[in-house]
Amino acid sequence: MTQPTAKPQETLGWRAWLTADVPASRAQARAAAWFNGWLRFRSNTLAMVGLIILLFIILCAVFAPLLATHDPFVQNLGNRLQPPGADGHIFGTDSLGRDIYSRLLFGARISIYIVLLVALVAPLLGLIVGTIAGYAGGWVDVTLMRFTDIFLAFPRLILALAFVAALGAGIENAVLAISLTAWPPYARIARAETLTIRNSDFIHAVRLQGAGPVRIITRHIWPLCISSLVIRVTLDMAGIILTAAGLGFLGLGAQPPSPEWGAMIAEGRKYILDYWWVATIPGLAIFSISLAFNLLGDGLRDVLDPKEAGR
Amino acid sequence: MAQTTSQKGGQRRLPVPSWLRKTLTTFATVAITLLGLLFVTFMIGRVMPIDPVLAVIGERATQAQYDEAYLALGLDKPLLVQFGIYVTDVLHGDFGTSIRTGKQVSEDIARVFPATLELATLGTLIGVVLGVPLGVLAAVYRGSWIDQISRFVGLIGYSMPIFWLGMMGLLIFYGILGWVAGPGRLGVFYQGLVPDRTGLLLLDAMIAGDWTVFKDALSHIILPACLLGYYSLAYISRMTRSFMLEQLNAEYVTTARVKGLSEWDVVWKHAFRNISIQLITVIALAYANLLEGSVLTEIIFAWPGIGSYITTSLLSNDMNSVLGGTVVIGTVFVALNIFSDLLYRFFDPRAK
Repeated sequence: MTQPTAKPQETLGWRAWLTADVPASRAQARAAAWFNGWLRFRSNTLAMVGLIILLFIILCAVFAPLLATHDPFVQNLGNRLQPPGADGHIFGTDSLGRDIYSRLLFGARISIYIVLLVALVAPLLGLIVGTIAGYAGGWVDVTLMRFTDIFLAFPRLILALAFVAALGAGIENAVLAISLTAWPPYARIARAETLTIRNSDFIHAVRLQGAGPVRIITRHIWPLCISSLVIRVTLDMAGIILTAAGLGFLGLGAQPPSPEWGAMIAEGRKYILDYWWVATIPGLAIFSISLAFNLLGDGLRDVLDPKEAGR
Repeated sequence: MAQTTSQKGGQRRLPVPSWLRKTLTTFATVAITLLGLLFVTFMIGRVMPIDPVLAVIGERATQAQYDEAYLALGLDKPLLVQFGIYVTDVLHGDFGTSIRTGKQVSEDIARVFPATLELATLGTLIGVVLGVPLGVLAAVYRGSWIDQISRFVGLIGYSMPIFWLGMMGLLIFYGILGWVAGPGRLGVFYQGLVPDRTGLLLLDAMIAGDWTVFKDALSHIILPACLLGYYSLAYISRMTRSFMLEQLNAEYVTTARVKGLSEWDVVWKHAFRNISIQLITVIALAYANLLEGSVLTEIIFAWPGIGSYITTSLLSNDMNSVLGGTVVIGTVFVALNIFSDLLYRFFDPRAK
């Protein structure tokens, strides 16, 4: 953020600058809006809990090599299925004697990688389709939305299954399959937003100034669709995590010996009645990351979309 | 939209009643959606890395046999013609032969579908019976402990991997407590005791009057059904709460209160009646979601339904079964969606 020339910083400090009633510049107004959003977000305890859990998991993923006590891939059959706490294994070992704690840390990287990729690809696809449909109207709209409906009509997990089956198992293909099933709701949201914006005065003004459809869509409509898309994406992230874990569980996501959490649960399934921790602990990890995303999404919705707050 | 303009044009030319036009539009929509669904499954089947010919005749066949099968499958024809043949076959209920079971895919699906139907129906029932009152109470006593509970229930439901929760359920209620029966649909000793009339075991046992079989089937279905029910409860209660809040903030509710009606009448006779159509559409959607959500649950509980069928077929590269199953679930999904949409449009005057 660029600083304005007149800095009231010496006398009043950042806080006063950010909460000024009459912003002196565009940058200050924007910063103040962000700051107000943050204050509102911070007052939401549950959302802050979500943020903290998420930051913790991200830190775990980033510093996995430093935090891990064992190599996540090294097998030790003499030391298999050890209970938590035994012999320096905080969460015990799995059926091949690998340290579950270290595998969890490295597994966090895979989950975050998948979520980020899907969260980039799917909304962008939906944004493009939805805004074009909404802005163009006519047969373009009908065709694109019919196309969207066809994808919406598919059960998501089953469509993802069929896609992975066609593409072959693996993380990237899982990402692609999830994105291909996740974009239609974003297209619908983007279209709805576009329809409400399309006929507003400022768009007419821009058009009269000679802006073409591409410029209007990308520079004037997209920015206004972003906030509702961001809310939806954050709320969907938990679903993305769960779908990815489901694919991993079915053996269609990350392949062994990769420490993907869903695959770890699948491995522990055989031992569930005798060695509960092998499947339970990765499940708790999935639960905590998707809970964090859900809490965060609720909080963000309250900040960005006050009219829906508390719903 | 082009649709509305063409409709207006039609209005000028010949006076078609609005309900007829709506119905026709809906039918066209359904037809196009289903055609699209078939196109996607068709394309998935074509881009598969598995050679469909080898899958039918096996790897040891001679070149002549290969060519013959190639022609018999119509693979020499243009893609569009192939798609036409595929659509015609599917419309006749012919999804091809399953490589794994050696039977017609349609026969297989007819066999496994009732199991999924039974599970999803019981799950939705549990979700509705518990979820609707919870949502209404959460809206009426907004901010109270019951609202917090409903929020908490929803949060947990949206955050738990269903397959993991199923395993925990098995571990606790079957492994440790022994309250319910383990995986499967029926104990070994009870199999084949009641005649198969509807395919729904609970119903069959009831018709036959065999209560020991009924008890065993119930003991098998209760855990997975509760699990699915919990997920639809999370969704239904959240939506109910949101719909109710909208109504309770409306002015007619204030009027009703000012008139001196009891809180019960205000909530259930005025506000709730106004959300009932919306609620039915939500329940239809929840039901459709459960049919799909049962895939992972069925695997955990070794439930012989369509979800298990699709995944086991997938793992043995039996594409006819996978695509057939996908089409069937997709069709049910579309049907339920259309049903809820129609309901909304015909019975809710606000949608006009």
